[in-house]
Amino acid sequence: MSELPLSATADAALQAAPATRARGYWATVGRRIARDKVSMACALVLLLIFLSAILAPWLGLEDPYKGSMIRRLRHIGTVGYPLGTDELGRDMLARLIYGGRLSLVIGILPVILAFCIGTSLGLVAGYVGGKLNTAIMRTIDVFYAFPSVLLAIAISGALGAGIVNSIVSLTVVFVPQITRVAESVTTGVRNMDFVEAARASGAGPFTIMRVHILGNVLGSIFVYATSLISVSMILAAGLSFLGLGTKPPEPEWGLMLNTLRTAIYVNPWVAALPGAMIFAVSICFNLLSDGLRSAMDIRN
Amino acid sequence: MFAYISRRIVYVIPIVISVALVCFLLVHITPGDPLVAVLPADASQELAAQLRAAYGFDRPLPVQFGLWLLRALHGDLGNSIATGRPVLAEVMRAVGNTVTLAIVAAIIGFTMGILLGLIAGYFRETWIDKVATSFAIAGVSVPHYWLGMVLVIIFSVQLNWLPAVGAGPNGSNSWAWDWAHLKYLVLPAITTSVIPMGIVTRTVRALTGDILSQDFVEALRAKGLHETGVFRHVIKNAAPTALAVMGLQLGYMLGGSILIETVFSWPGSGFLLNSAIFQRDLPLLQGTILILALFFVFLNLLVDIAQAAIDPRIKRG
Repeated sequence: MSELPLSATADAALQAAPATRARGYWATVGRRIARDKVSMACALVLLLIFLSAILAPWLGLEDPYKGSMIRRLRHIGTVGYPLGTDELGRDMLARLIYGGRLSLVIGILPVILAFCIGTSLGLVAGYVGGKLNTAIMRTIDVFYAFPSVLLAIAISGALGAGIVNSIVSLTVVFVPQITRVAESVTTGVRNMDFVEAARASGAGPFTIMRVHILGNVLGSIFVYATSLISVSMILAAGLSFLGLGTKPPEPEWGLMLNTLRTAIYVNPWVAALPGAMIFAVSICFNLLSDGLRSAMDIRN
Repeated sequence: MFAYISRRIVYVIPIVISVALVCFLLVHITPGDPLVAVLPADASQELAAQLRAAYGFDRPLPVQFGLWLLRALHGDLGNSIATGRPVLAEVMRAVGNTVTLAIVAAIIGFTMGILLGLIAGYFRETWIDKVATSFAIAGVSVPHYWLGMVLVIIFSVQLNWLPAVGAGPNGSNSWAWDWAHLKYLVLPAITTSVIPMGIVTRTVRALTGDILSQDFVEALRAKGLHETGVFRHVIKNAAPTALAVMGLQLGYMLGGSILIETVFSWPGSGFLLNSAIFQRDLPLLQGTILILALFFVFLNLLVDIAQAAIDPRIKRG
């Protein structure tokens, strides 16, 4: 690679010096977050929820689709049904765990997609600048003219109900937000000396963006994206709650909350369970994102 | 300052046109023909063509957009397919209820948020801060539609203190400021206020912390200024940013009320939007979204102007 930056050799020199064995940036971040009790507790809870969702078929649970008219809306703590049964007599524990599969996918996938699209758009807009920047950023502004819930519902409502449509509409909601962050951090980096040096040594714009800029901006964009997961989980389940996402009989927390609404007079606490799952995942992602943010803020 | 305001106002024009374009295109990204909702299933080809011409769907898209925009500027957003009534009148009637809900929720959420944020920022890194911050985190992380359900379970189902759904006795849709109606407002307003409460708390806490750590505060204290006097400086310095955040939140409450209005059957714009979606009432869907988005755009404009007016540092000429 001809565009090996000067700073890389300098770094190597630093690392070679035995007294000041420089630890990598990400290693430091990792150590700091591992020491944060709140973040670790949240990571543990999320890990449990993810694992149980992935391993659901091997956990010896009841069939989440099989109902029975004679055991509808059992209370929490019923023998054989630790979390009760829903309005069609299906085991709530099984449905909550299986529900994690769809709920987590439709909540997290939009952020991942928006992260990829938004980072690319923001990087190009920030690095190339000029007319292209204006074109991209003014288009993004239009989406900022809609409150995000309204935008998600407008697109979902127009496209019609369905999982794919709900993922598409949430991706459209998050792309502008991530693009804005990516553009602003890229603009901050593009005129730095090492970029200039890379350009002087003959690196093309694509290489500069990929090698020199991306590594410097990805962290900030990533932290911002993790803070969106909580909102995305709430909105994705919200779309299903409105009937715009998942369709019955699929187990999904938002949809379960919707179908159990009629049961609040019969068995209120069973009806509230799916929402507690959404809340748990959302608050854990929020706290984890906060922890990551302060762990990455090394200068502070 | 006037240059800034007028520039800001001029900048709204392209935004409004693009918002209108997005709302117009919404109908055209719908799968199938936009006529599907009005056309009987067994309609003949000629009838379909006739209707298409009557609605103007046979013209090129840019022409359709121009005509639609022109009519919209005259306040004609078409008629609701479900009820046959003009969309604008339907939306305006519902928006009133949404505004009532949003404003009461804003008063609750902003007051709580400012107080919690000031206290947390002032007693940073103490247990008081931790309690206030936990409230804020819970507020921004809670699925508010679920919180609404839980409040209904506690206060309507179990305690039977407050009504669960609706906006007035006997399914009344017209709002009045008396206890009979206010009872219906309590739960939806508290539910709506939770997210802005959390966000305002976090903002004000961060602002307060930042301002208190600045040198001028040290100087004020060194000169012997009483803590209440220091607090006044904090508030003055935090106000512009806090105001911008609160303005944005008010906009989100107005535009994002659909989930809460669905939970409480609150007869506002979100409820209208919900029925428009499920009856495939595209003109009503389009009109409601357009008006809510325009509300949001103008609210943002007002906030920017207010911010420029109270913050002497803003001289973006």
